[in-house]
Amino acid sequence: MEFLQPTTWDEALAAKAEHPEAVPIQGGTDVMVELNFDVRRPEHLLDLGRVAGLDRWEQNGDRLRIGAGVTYARIIGELGDRLPGLAQAARTVGSPQIRNRGTVGGNLGAASPAGDGHPPLLAADAVVEVESRRGIRMIAATDFYQGVKRSALEPDELIRAFWLAPATGPQYFSKIGTRNAMVIAVCSFAVALHPGERRVGTGIGSAAPTPIRAVAAEDFLARELDWDAPLDEAVAREFGALVGAAATPIDDVRGTAAYRRHALAVMARRTLTWAWRDHRGPGDAENPGRGAA
Amino acid sequence: MRVSFTVNGSRETVDGVWEGESLLYVLRERMGLPGSKNACEQGECGSCTVYLDGTPVCACLVAAGQAEGRRVRTVEGLAEGDRLAPIQQAFVDAGAVQCGFCTPGLLVQAHDLLEHRPDPSDAEIREALAGNLCRCTGYEKILDAVRLAAARKAGT
Repeated sequence: MEFLQPTTWDEALAAKAEHPEAVPIQGGTDVMVELNFDVRRPEHLLDLGRVAGLDRWEQNGDRLRIGAGVTYARIIGELGDRLPGLAQAARTVGSPQIRNRGTVGGNLGAASPAGDGHPPLLAADAVVEVESRRGIRMIAATDFYQGVKRSALEPDELIRAFWLAPATGPQYFSKIGTRNAMVIAVCSFAVALHPGERRVGTGIGSAAPTPIRAVAAEDFLARELDWDAPLDEAVAREFGALVGAAATPIDDVRGTAAYRRHALAVMARRTLTWAWRDHRGPGDAENPGRGAA
Repeated sequence: MRVSFTVNGSRETVDGVWEGESLLYVLRERMGLPGSKNACEQGECGSCTVYLDGTPVCACLVAAGQAEGRRVRTVEGLAEGDRLAPIQQAFVDAGAVQCGFCTPGLLVQAHDLLEHRPDPSDAEIREALAGNLCRCTGYEKILDAVRLAAARKAGT
């Protein structure tokens, strides 16, 4: 095995072009497990931890461009106000030690259907910036996930950043697991309100071969939601049912397909209800509790 | 390959490191620092927690080469000579150690918590230690130890 340690992005792209089979490593929280357990023995390990700039984020026009090396801990601490959905998901990742090393870039690279970062990226229309010596590609998150642990990334490409607009409305993330830390999601759900467009974005995790949007549920809300009124409970319930129906889960050690569908329906209804409460604010007669205490 | 980094204040260099090797393996098997424990090798248990450039991480999930030139502080580096760090003394006094396997990781993680939150709430202690598994104590004595260390710190 060879340990490649570029310090510039150009060096990293050159290394990946020369060794397309090289396994990129950033925080190591996924890759090292595979090495420790002899699951993978790549000929080249490409450490991106020293590549200048990968650990930075910036506001670029009306969107945030977040380097692939920004850790979950920093997303929580530095971007929690602008990206509440992603920050909530980040808080559920592993443990403090894992969040100090793990990155959304690594989540994207692994492309596990259970990755906690994916649902909020889908719900908020994230775009993944990937690059090779052949050029840059901007890939919508919806097109990025292609199969179980497979993404649109070509062998000579590296993930440089992801782009996400700061939240313009309430965002929530919910996840089912057996305890409050160190848990792979049984299933997870993210919702993002886009009040300017009168649109609701969704993301489902761990209940299909890839992270997916619940498109029919989004379309339903686009038709049925009255943005100036309290949330109709029947609409919230139907939204939940459509989210459950959008999933194509399997039975496995973490849960059954039927449980996942049911849990998704509940999480979708709940997160929409929470988001709507924030959207309507304390003046809403339907939400006398909020702000009253 | 050769890897060189600062560990507990002293610059160390080791040769013959396998490229896929973890920082934990280098510390334990090549540098003679067996304090950090090797249990799950997948970040689940926290017993290998060390500071890397001042941030607690699972040493089993850091590739040795990623530590090149960096500062590592292990449980062996918490005490000052023969004087235990306050969190170590509190673990002894509160009876927070049974088999002891999880203790080094818990000490480093709790040490970091008290650096940032000198007076943590119970919820903050639980959250900070959520990635450190103990199979003996039931955690109550560990929580007592962290509270004790915080109280002593506030009293000095």
